[in-house]
Amino acid sequence: MDTALIPEGVKRDPLWKFVLKLGPVVAVLIWGVVAMLLCWIKGLNQTNMNDYYGFALWIWADLAVIALGGGAFFTGLLKYIIGKEELKNIINFAVLVGFICYSSALLILAIDIGQPLRGWFIFWHANVHSMLTEVAFCLSCYFGVLTIEYLPLILENRQLDRVPFIHNLSHNMHEIMAVFAATGAFLSFFHQGSLGGVAGVLFGRPFAFREGLFIWPWTFFLFTWSAAACGPCFTIMLLKITEKITGKKLVKDDVVRLLAKIAGWMLFTYIIAKIIDTWYWAAVTAPSKGFGLMEFYSNNGFYGIWILILEVVVGGVIPALILITAKGRSNPKTLTLAVVLAVIGVSVNRWAMVLQVMAVPVMSFDQWALYYPSWQEVATTLLPVAYGIILIALSHRYLPVWPQERELNPVEATAGPVSAEAAPGAESEEETSAEPEPAPAQA
Amino acid sequence: MKQERPKKFGMVIDLDKCTGCGACLVACMSENNVPFKPDESDKLTSITWMRVYQLNNGKPYPETDICYLPRPCQHCEGDHGHSPCVSVCPATATDYGMETGIVSQIYTRCFGCRYCMAACPYHARYFNWWDPVWPDGMEKYLNPSVSVRMRGVVEKCSFCYHRYQTAKDKAIYQFAEGERDSTDLEEDEYQTACTQACPAGAIIFGDLNNPSHRVHQIAQPDEKHAGRPKNPKAFRLLERLGTNPKVYYLSSRDWVRRAGDNYLEGEGKLKRH
Repeated sequence: MDTALIPEGVKRDPLWKFVLKLGPVVAVLIWGVVAMLLCWIKGLNQTNMNDYYGFALWIWADLAVIALGGGAFFTGLLKYIIGKEELKNIINFAVLVGFICYSSALLILAIDIGQPLRGWFIFWHANVHSMLTEVAFCLSCYFGVLTIEYLPLILENRQLDRVPFIHNLSHNMHEIMAVFAATGAFLSFFHQGSLGGVAGVLFGRPFAFREGLFIWPWTFFLFTWSAAACGPCFTIMLLKITEKITGKKLVKDDVVRLLAKIAGWMLFTYIIAKIIDTWYWAAVTAPSKGFGLMEFYSNNGFYGIWILILEVVVGGVIPALILITAKGRSNPKTLTLAVVLAVIGVSVNRWAMVLQVMAVPVMSFDQWALYYPSWQEVATTLLPVAYGIILIALSHRYLPVWPQERELNPVEATAGPVSAEAAPGAESEEETSAEPEPAPAQA
Repeated sequence: MKQERPKKFGMVIDLDKCTGCGACLVACMSENNVPFKPDESDKLTSITWMRVYQLNNGKPYPETDICYLPRPCQHCEGDHGHSPCVSVCPATATDYGMETGIVSQIYTRCFGCRYCMAACPYHARYFNWWDPVWPDGMEKYLNPSVSVRMRGVVEKCSFCYHRYQTAKDKAIYQFAEGERDSTDLEEDEYQTACTQACPAGAIIFGDLNNPSHRVHQIAQPDEKHAGRPKNPKAFRLLERLGTNPKVYYLSSRDWVRRAGDNYLEGEGKLKRH
């Protein structure tokens, strides 16, 4: 039924099957929307946040998706600025993942603020001293950049591309994409860093506070670094999941290995910096405020030293060592393990820098505060996940996301440029658009 | 006499006098239209601009000793007005008053991101998780000088700033009428509700920059060291963090003074209480 919209020369599920597969995801989406409306209509009393946990699951989700969405800016930087041309075969997907992550972050922020209708105050009454102000400006601008980067892909839909104006527009947008990639990298450096700064500047919270360079605490640089390292890992992880679900190889191994190698070295250098930062904080910064390291990890029911080990060793050192070795990234299993561990590592880091900061008592007579999210918080956090799955599915089905797909998954072409809906192949299990000419390579 | 220096309003709370009666809490809530819930058992969502902590020395009977510690907003100055909360607020909804030293909260500008709450180590900031609901008839008893706050914004102790404004207005009027020599306020012309309500006289309020005010005389702020008290019995909460608060505490008991900050194992005998 929708064959005319499917990219040329690739196989896709019949529409009924596609819709059926997305059914459970749509159900989660609706559940999330209901929770979101409850939060907007009834207020944040729908959450389990409290005056000790003013920042909780949502802020963690924001920080995590922005870090994981870092694959877009870093892959763009590598492809357009540094000139790693091979990455053109994964850049579309990286941009798509980045777009999903950043739009999700903005949505979660819109739910998270107590007075959503006043959200624009952050721009209107901007406090230049606040890291959150910088985050808001750069994040919004970068979302604009991601939209511009994603737009040509939409315009290259088979039907849209037939319109000469749209065809020329998308072509010309590709031509100047390096400008947007550079802008995106610049903006990302600042907002990823500022998100690190959000915690790092809290000099009233010794668990979060870091010294630094000028106005930037070390977490500023660590967050950017880790996003550049783990963002591509997330892109690779989602690629592997997409390949598993579609049953197809979508990107050649050499492309994935190149990205994995670069991400690996970024992760390796990041984790060295992180260890130095942790050591300095534990040995100098925190003691100067009267805190020993283990005070942050004891006398409570959840936050043990395991969380630091999980973040730094399991989610940092191990995946870095796997990814920097040719053997490690050549083996599909260890490669997948490494990217999953890296994603876990950066997510745990963001968790600690948000929720553990809130949990640790600062006044000597205060107590640890623990928290678990309400179903509304969980549902609204899963909402972007469901939305992301749907957007990836729609993009995969209707947009030329994968430049190497036809080469890797050749389709037996019927003779001549037959309308796919009229072709016999359209009635088979997988819908096929059978025009044999190659699509323009994605820039 | 005209005071040249800007004012720096602050508080001294004598913990040896505090009995933990809670009169300061009640006076604060009443004065500032602080909302409350039908069920106040979950203190993590209660709004208590002034909160009284109970500390103990951790020793078994008969050496047990307790201390009540009232905790209003500490109105931190930080480094030149960069208090923990003021510097992080993205919408400039909280501000450090250079003329008064009071950290304000602009309810109509706050959009409820709660970053200031994350920044405050004293838990002096509270979020309105619900819209305020007053028992029937109680609206008539609300203070007309203090705006009530809506759901979704942060609020905190203002050192009863509306009282300062009222006193200042009165002084300006009297000055214009020739009834006084200057618009400067006398110590007793501006006092917070908690100060006046304390039956033990444990809370003292005034201008830390004014040598004739009792808070200055008792705390003896050392300006060369960011206001650190020279009085050996005085201390500030979490002095080591550099928040530079304007609430000073007094106690003759060593363990109480030590409870005001954190120390490493080797730095003192008394740790957490």
